[in-house]
Amino acid sequence: MSKELIRLSDCFMKFDDDVILDHINLYINDKEFLTLLGPSGCGKTTTLRIIGGFQKPTSGDVYFDGVRINDVPPHKRKVNTVFQKYALFTHMNIFENVAFGLRVNKVPDPKDPKRMIKVPESEVKQRVEEALALVNLAGYGKRSVNSLSGGQQQRVAIARAIVNRPQVLLLDEPLGALDLKLRKDMQIELKRIQQQVGITFIYVTHDQEEALTMSDTIVVMNEGKIQQIGTPEDIYNEPKNAFVADFIGESNIIDGIMHADKVVGMYGKKFQCLDGGFAPNEPVDVVIRPEDIDIVPEAEGQLTGTVTEVTFKGIHYDIIVDFRGFKWLIQTTDYSPVGARIGVKIDPDGFHIMKKSPYSGTFGDYSSYSSEYDELNEDRLEEEDGDEE
Amino acid sequence: MKNKWLAAPYVVWMALFVVAPLVLVVVFAFTSKTGGVTLDNFSSMGTYLPAFEHSFLLAIAATAICILIGYPLAYFLSRESLMVRKVAMMLIMLPMWMNFLLRTYAWMSILDDNGLINQFLSAIGFFSLVNGIFGTDLQAIHMINTQGAIVLGMVYNFLPFMVLPIFSVIDKIDPRVIEAAQDLGANGAMVFRKVIFPLSLPGVLSGVTMVFIPSVSTFALSRLLGGGKTLLLGDLIEMQFLGNAYNPHLGSAIALVMMVIVLVLMAIMNRFGEGEEGVAVL
Repeated sequence: MSKELIRLSDCFMKFDDDVILDHINLYINDKEFLTLLGPSGCGKTTTLRIIGGFQKPTSGDVYFDGVRINDVPPHKRKVNTVFQKYALFTHMNIFENVAFGLRVNKVPDPKDPKRMIKVPESEVKQRVEEALALVNLAGYGKRSVNSLSGGQQQRVAIARAIVNRPQVLLLDEPLGALDLKLRKDMQIELKRIQQQVGITFIYVTHDQEEALTMSDTIVVMNEGKIQQIGTPEDIYNEPKNAFVADFIGESNIIDGIMHADKVVGMYGKKFQCLDGGFAPNEPVDVVIRPEDIDIVPEAEGQLTGTVTEVTFKGIHYDIIVDFRGFKWLIQTTDYSPVGARIGVKIDPDGFHIMKKSPYSGTFGDYSSYSSEYDELNEDRLEEEDGDEE
Repeated sequence: MKNKWLAAPYVVWMALFVVAPLVLVVVFAFTSKTGGVTLDNFSSMGTYLPAFEHSFLLAIAATAICILIGYPLAYFLSRESLMVRKVAMMLIMLPMWMNFLLRTYAWMSILDDNGLINQFLSAIGFFSLVNGIFGTDLQAIHMINTQGAIVLGMVYNFLPFMVLPIFSVIDKIDPRVIEAAQDLGANGAMVFRKVIFPLSLPGVLSGVTMVFIPSVSTFALSRLLGGGKTLLLGDLIEMQFLGNAYNPHLGSAIALVMMVIVLVLMAIMNRFGEGEEGVAVL
């Protein structure tokens, strides 16, 4: 990656007595697609708004291209924002919405560089059409905002934000209001747009799948703190703590002991793994992804358990297996009936060892996993929509 | 579809007290005292042209002043905290809880030549000062029984009807839309001119309607604050029904013409606001 563009240095934010951001340190590279990922109230939107200039940190500094910009108002920053629910100007047509950024800014007169003039109408027209073409809305200029679908309004919001050619585009849960199919299409489209215009995208979402699909770098946040920064592969394969492991994908998180490098103990047995660098006999959290577990006949298994629940998911089955009271989630294409005794086999690269953290023991057990689980999940999403409004 | 019967009381009410009187007005306007159909009521209206003129001019002036006072008030209120807004709204509404005539009498005693304002100015030596400088013999500033006093009464009485709709429209503007404008490079003045003001126009339009219509048809104000010197349409119509000039047919005709003019004005104004969302003034 190229040079550093934005830096948040020890940003702390308090609202009344609630700590919103707890000493955030973060740098963002030029032309990077960076995602701030976390549950509702984790501080990701606040971080974005600090970069956009809509909020000031209680303490700490924000740098843009090496210059401190804490006190620079939003209209003077070289960043543009795609807002949640788009925030389009309903009193203007699509063309005027996109042209807004060009009309309110002045540029140096090419004949006399000291004079500031309005952007000439011919250039406005050309740039608006370029922007609309980029988001596949060529020819939509004359339409009114309300005649467009959600997905189209979304594209207008993106065109409006990039028409000024910002160095950074901030996107605040831009796909939150779209349905699943459209969201997937837009994910690919956003990535294409980012590569085509070649600028930095800072993207806020609570959807881990969205983050994994699009990002160069993911910043996982919770309770105002950064939990982990890394590439999607890093975050998924080497989660730093139980929170990250649980938030990114499904995880079984089991108490274990590192007997020695590459040897981890669980359930009183020793397993081969690939991790090392822990103190001898250090207690650890062991993460095993549901898709890394093979179901084998009971006699051949490294561990044996009882199937308590089976859910058909289309591509695979979600199977809940009871291993001495701790329930695991296994994703497999092989059907096993409820009540069956099965064995499991896990390859050494299926174990991910994490140091103990304050989140240890709070995630990773699927005892409560049932149809209720999905409902809970949906509630969480709705809550998210509600309080970010 | 049983629910539609819930609308029955209102439909009956409308039929009895809105539609029926309207029909009566039309019938009266096109008939004479003797009962025959006639257009005389309209052709004789020319003599009352000054009343039309005064009514519309004063109402336009009052409406314009209401916008000038009401818009900034509504705009700044919408940016205040909830507490301030609640208290301010209370204060704006407060006069409306008092009887209209009582409020107007109060203004009479304030504006009178021996009223509160002049007494106050006299007490602080304003008149002797002015007279001393200019060698004049000024005893009071004449305010009551002028057209200005009538406009003042209109503004005072109808201002809340301007502030409330504008306030509620501005208050509902999504803060993210304003942030989006700032984000794109608009400074404070541009955000107002290009986003907030255009989005608040529907509120202004309904405010204008709610101030203009009662202003143009008012009758007590001109008599109490204007001293009856300026004959307004409201007074003229009242006279045809209750006064010496008793002629309900002419009164109906004048009312009908006034109604048509107002309707036309409102239609033009709504055409202006077309393209704006949710303009439903009439």
